[in-house]
Amino acid sequence: MIAESVHMSQETVREETLDNIVEDVRRDFPILTQTINGEPLVYLDNAATSQKPRSVIDRVCSYYEEHHSNVHRGVHSLSQRATEMYEAARETVRGFIGAASTAEIVFTRGTTEALNLVAQSYARPRLGSDSEILVTMMEHHSNIVPWQILSGQTGAKVVVTPIHEDGTLDLDAFEQLLGDKTCIVAVAYISNSLGTINPVEHIIERSHARDIPVVIDGAQAVPHMPVHVGELDCDFFAFSGHKMFGPTGIGVLYGKETLLDAMPPYQGGGDMIESVSFSGTTFNKLPHKFEAGTPNIAGTIGLGAAVDYIQNVGYDFIQKHEARLLTTALSKLSELESIRFIGQAAERASVISFLLGDSHPYDVGSVLDKMGIAVRTGHHCTQPLMDHYQIPGTVRASFAFYNTIEEIDRLCSALRKAASLLQ
Amino acid sequence: MTPIGTIAERAGTIVDEFALFDDWMGKYEHLIEMGRSLPLIDEAYKTNEYLVRGCQAQVWLKAEAEGDLIRLTADSDALITKGLIAILLCILDRQPADAVVGADFSFLDEIGMKEHLSPTRKNGLDSMIKQIRLYAALLSHSKEVS
Ligand SMILES: Cc1ncc(COP(=O)(O)O)c(C=O)c1O
Repeated sequence: MIAESVHMSQETVREETLDNIVEDVRRDFPILTQTINGEPLVYLDNAATSQKPRSVIDRVCSYYEEHHSNVHRGVHSLSQRATEMYEAARETVRGFIGAASTAEIVFTRGTTEALNLVAQSYARPRLGSDSEILVTMMEHHSNIVPWQILSGQTGAKVVVTPIHEDGTLDLDAFEQLLGDKTCIVAVAYISNSLGTINPVEHIIERSHARDIPVVIDGAQAVPHMPVHVGELDCDFFAFSGHKMFGPTGIGVLYGKETLLDAMPPYQGGGDMIESVSFSGTTFNKLPHKFEAGTPNIAGTIGLGAAVDYIQNVGYDFIQKHEARLLTTALSKLSELESIRFIGQAAERASVISFLLGDSHPYDVGSVLDKMGIAVRTGHHCTQPLMDHYQIPGTVRASFAFYNTIEEIDRLCSALRKAASLLQ
Repeated sequence: MTPIGTIAERAGTIVDEFALFDDWMGKYEHLIEMGRSLPLIDEAYKTNEYLVRGCQAQVWLKAEAEGDLIRLTADSDALITKGLIAILLCILDRQPADAVVGADFSFLDEIGMKEHLSPTRKNGLDSMIKQIRLYAALLSHSKEVS
C-alpha cells in the first residue's frame, strides 16, 4: 500500500510538472491565444503544419530588419553576415540530426523537393526498365508521385509493401519484395495518416544486407522524436521545416556524402557552379552543388531557430507529454459510441485518424471548426491508403507538445455535439 | 415537393426561415434537416458524368427540361453539402431556365449561412452554382434554337 501511494504521488508530481511546462511553452506560441468562431483555438492539425514560436518569428524578422543580404557572393559586410547566419543554420541542422558533415545537409523547399531530388539525381541514372522502387502502402503522395514520374522516365516499376489491418507494415511481405531488382527503398518514418512509427532500423538493415540504399521520409518524425541519421545509417533522410515549428518553404535533404558527391546536380543556376563557360561548366562542391539560385535565406535561418527551440524544450519533455496526450486522447475518444479508429499500431506518434459513425469527415471537420477546433479531414495526401481501407478519408487529430489534456476534453465534447447534429 | 413562386419569392421564404435561428448550431441543424428532406438522385446517376468538380465531398447533379422549366435533382455523400444543395434546389428547381441563368444569388449572403462556411465549402457551393447555371444556359439555348 505504501509503495503504491508513493508511486502514485510521484506520478502526480510528474504530470503536474508536465502541465507546468506546457503552460510555459504555450506562451511561446502567439497564435495559440486566438479565438476562432468565438471559442479559444484548439489546434490539432499539427501533422499538416505546426505553429511557430516567438523565437522563430523574431529570428526571421531580425534577419530581414538587420542582416538581410545575398549569401555566398558579396565582399561587403552584410553579405558576409548573412552568409555566416545561413551556414550557421546548416551546422545547427547537422548537429540536430547527427550528420557527419555539413556537406551532407542540402537545403530544399521541403520534404517534397528533397524526395524529388533523390529520385531525379540519385535514382534516375541508376535505374533500368527492369528495376524496382520499393515503397509502402502508407506513403504520402510526395513519396509516391516522384517515383511514379521516375517510373515513366525509366520504365522501372514502383512496388508497394502492403500493411496489416492495424496500420503496421507487413514486414514478411517487405522481406519478400526486397529483391535483386530493387534499386531503392523509400519509406516514411511515421505515417502522417495513421501515426504508425515504422521500424526503419530493421528496414535499413535488411535493405543494406542486399546493398540497397534507403530513403527515409522523416517529415512526421522530427517534430516528435530525436533522429540520428548516423546511427540509423539511412542513405537519405528528408524533412520539412514547417512541420517542426520552423518557417514554410524550407526543408532538408540529408544524404551520405559519398552518394551526394557522385550525384549530378538537380537544378542549374547561380551558386551551384564553380566556373561557367560555354565550353563547359564545373560544379560547386557539396552541398552548394544542390542549391541552385538564391536560397531561402530567411527560412533557413528560421529553421535554425526552430532547432534551437526544440532543443531547448527538449525531446524528453516532448515525448513524455505527447505519449500522455496520445493515451489520454485514445482512451477518451474510445468512449464515443460511434467512433472507429483507422490505424491502431502499438508504436505510434500522437496522430489519430478516425471516423464518426457514417458521417462524412468533411461534415465532422466543419462542425468542429465552428467550435474552434482545427482538425484535418480528407485523404491527407495518402489516397492509396484510404483506398486500401475503402474509405473516402478520415478526421485526423494530430497533437504537438503545446496541446493540453483540456483540449482533448474540448475535442471529445465537440465530437459529441457533432454526432448529435449529424447522426 | 417544390414550393411555388419566383426565384426571389422562394429565396425570401428561405431567408426568413434561417432568420429564426440566431446561432450557428440552429442554422446548421436547419440546413441539415433541409438536406435530409432532399429527394435523392437515382443511384444510376451517381456517376462521374454527373459529378460536380471542385467539392471536397462528392456531389452529383442532374438537370432536365420539363417544358420551359428546369428540373434539378442532386445528392451528396456529406450532409452539410446536401443541405446547401437543398437550398439551391428549393429555390431553383422548376424555374424557367432563363430565369435561372439570370438569377441573383445574393440570397445566399442574406441567409447568413455563407459566413458559417469554410473556404472549401464556399468553393464547392460556387462550383454547384456554376454547374446549375451552365445546365440552365444549355437548356434555354436549346429552346431558342428549336
Ligand atoms: C509523411 C509526409 N511526407 C511528406 C510530406 C510533404 O511535406 P512538404 O509538403 O512539406 O514537402 C508530408 C506533409 O504533409 C508528410 O506528412
